[in-house]
Amino acid sequence: MPDLQRPRSDDLDAVAARLRHHIVTSTTAAGSGHPSTSLSMVEIIAVLYRGGVLRYDPSDPVNPNRDRFILSKGHGAPALYAVLAEAGYLDASELTELRKMGSRLEGHPNMCRVPGVEASTGSLGQGLSIGVGHALGLRLDGSDARVYVMVGDGESEQGQVWEAAMFAGNHSLSNLTLIVDRNGNQQTGPVDEIQPLSPLEDKFEAFHWAVRTIDGHSLNEVQEAFEWARSVGDRPQVVIANTIKGKGVSFLEERQSSYHGKPLNEDQAAIALEEIGASV
Amino acid sequence: MSFGLTRVDLPEGDATREAFGDALAEVGANDERVVVVDGDVHNSTFTGKFGERFPERFFNAGIAESNMVGIASGLAACGKIPVAASFSTFLMSNAYDQIRMSVAFPNQNVKLVGTHAGISIGEDGPSQMAIEDVALACALPGFTVIVPADGISAAAATRAMIAREGPTFLRCGRPKVPQIYSSEDQFHIGKANTLREGDDVTLIANGIMVAMALDAAEGLAAAGIEARVIDMHTVKPVDVGAIERAANETRGIVVAEEHLAFGGLGSIVSMVVSERRPTRMAFVDVGDTYATSGPPDDLLRQYGLTPDAIVDAATRVLKD
Ligand SMILES: Cc1ncc(C[n+]2csc(CCOP(=O)(O)OP(=O)(O)O)c2C)c(N)n1
Ligand SMILES: [Mg+2]
Repeated sequence: MPDLQRPRSDDLDAVAARLRHHIVTSTTAAGSGHPSTSLSMVEIIAVLYRGGVLRYDPSDPVNPNRDRFILSKGHGAPALYAVLAEAGYLDASELTELRKMGSRLEGHPNMCRVPGVEASTGSLGQGLSIGVGHALGLRLDGSDARVYVMVGDGESEQGQVWEAAMFAGNHSLSNLTLIVDRNGNQQTGPVDEIQPLSPLEDKFEAFHWAVRTIDGHSLNEVQEAFEWARSVGDRPQVVIANTIKGKGVSFLEERQSSYHGKPLNEDQAAIALEEIGASV
Repeated sequence: MSFGLTRVDLPEGDATREAFGDALAEVGANDERVVVVDGDVHNSTFTGKFGERFPERFFNAGIAESNMVGIASGLAACGKIPVAASFSTFLMSNAYDQIRMSVAFPNQNVKLVGTHAGISIGEDGPSQMAIEDVALACALPGFTVIVPADGISAAAATRAMIAREGPTFLRCGRPKVPQIYSSEDQFHIGKANTLREGDDVTLIANGIMVAMALDAAEGLAAAGIEARVIDMHTVKPVDVGAIERAANETRGIVVAEEHLAFGGLGSIVSMVVSERRPTRMAFVDVGDTYATSGPPDDLLRQYGLTPDAIVDAATRVLKD
């Protein structure tokens, strides 16, 4: 079996800008979707796929020793598709087919149709359990591959997330890293007004997880967090990433709690792309 | 338990759940890919027999069925053959969205086994009785759904579902049941077993209703009516040919199942009949109601799941 690489770009800022660009253009072309959800997770997936964290080979997407990334908050699909294009699983020209009739880039990720998608998600709350299953399976096989799962903060209201967290802590699944995209908002308003999660760190600690809180838009902090996660060794790790919903587009950042699931129109997209300033 | 049987003499065999548990432990010895996920009921589902022999491949997820199913999905994605077993109602009803999203939609090779199905669990009462589970499982695209009639066929079904790729629901019961098959008999997923030939009327049943159908056929024979008896152990994909032949060659069909009226075997057989060869039909099932607590035989009588109910239904069907 050929050795799997941990692909690394020397300009992650440019990668992040390209991801933002594709998130905006694909959702605007679709006329629907969740750009603000996707924008808050950009630095995290940029570092995972292009910062030397995930071990993978786009020409061998089901290699048993690949590291896995499961996007539990499946409505962030535009970000996932963009990073899969960046990683070589998809051609970037396909991204504007998002949500169109006949396209495999469905509104939420479908693992049966898109190489590199590790789980079909879209009903919130299920990805961590699936990640636990992968982590157990890899452990049974003696593989050193790792599993990364991303949940939203609103999603963390689901009971199943905590069933899985309890199980992972109890089984010391050190090959499992959870990222909470803590952008403070869910569909109908701020998490703190709907069902506050605080103290989130204490909750995970109580479930025997190693916990680290970071600025989820600092490429350095994200990179360090994944290095830390790999070094923990005796328990699952959670990276609580404080983020901004709509990060990188000023008028989305200003209206974080009221822009869930709304694409930009052509004029807004033009302004957004200028602010993002990616060279694609 | 008598299951209301008075005319046939069938030996008491294993409960389908126990036969499943024994077969699972056996299959597990031959296939390292088999992994079991339990929800704190392995002494009831008999997956504990597997757990004792293969503790490294046995995970008790606690009372958390949603998580159980998600874990099974991830294990399947790693090439394992996960068996997630619990009381059928807790598995199918508590974790239905997880079964839909994490198993059916991504077409994962997960084996769901629901035990304590039907009202024959008795005194534990309606909260523990799965009577919607077959409908829920059949509604899922790509799912195979099997309801074995006795211990021997439950063991055969267990081996067959492990050997066959694809999401599967196996439904087992709590009580010891009459033994219908011998170890030489054939069991193939999707192929019904005709247990008795007859040209007047066809009795199609699965689970505990198969023994009752055999008993009913004796009763009908005494009245000069020759009944064909079919064990439709696989509800999905259903054996269309066997149904079509029954509709062509006999004058009516009775379907008997330990399940609600809607969405189970009766609904599926009626679809085939109405499309291929409309004929008179009648149904013996739990109807449109939850049951109560009580001794299993009393419950079966109270809710109309008896050989005599099948005889009555057949008589109705044959009346012009
Ligand atoms: C089980 C379930 N319930 C409701 C929804 C509808 N829904 C889609 S996104 C969303 C809010 C998610 O918030 P969060 O997890 O914080 O993600 P964000 O968009 O902020 O990244 C809701 C309620 C869903 N997809 N799944
Ligand atoms: Mg959020």
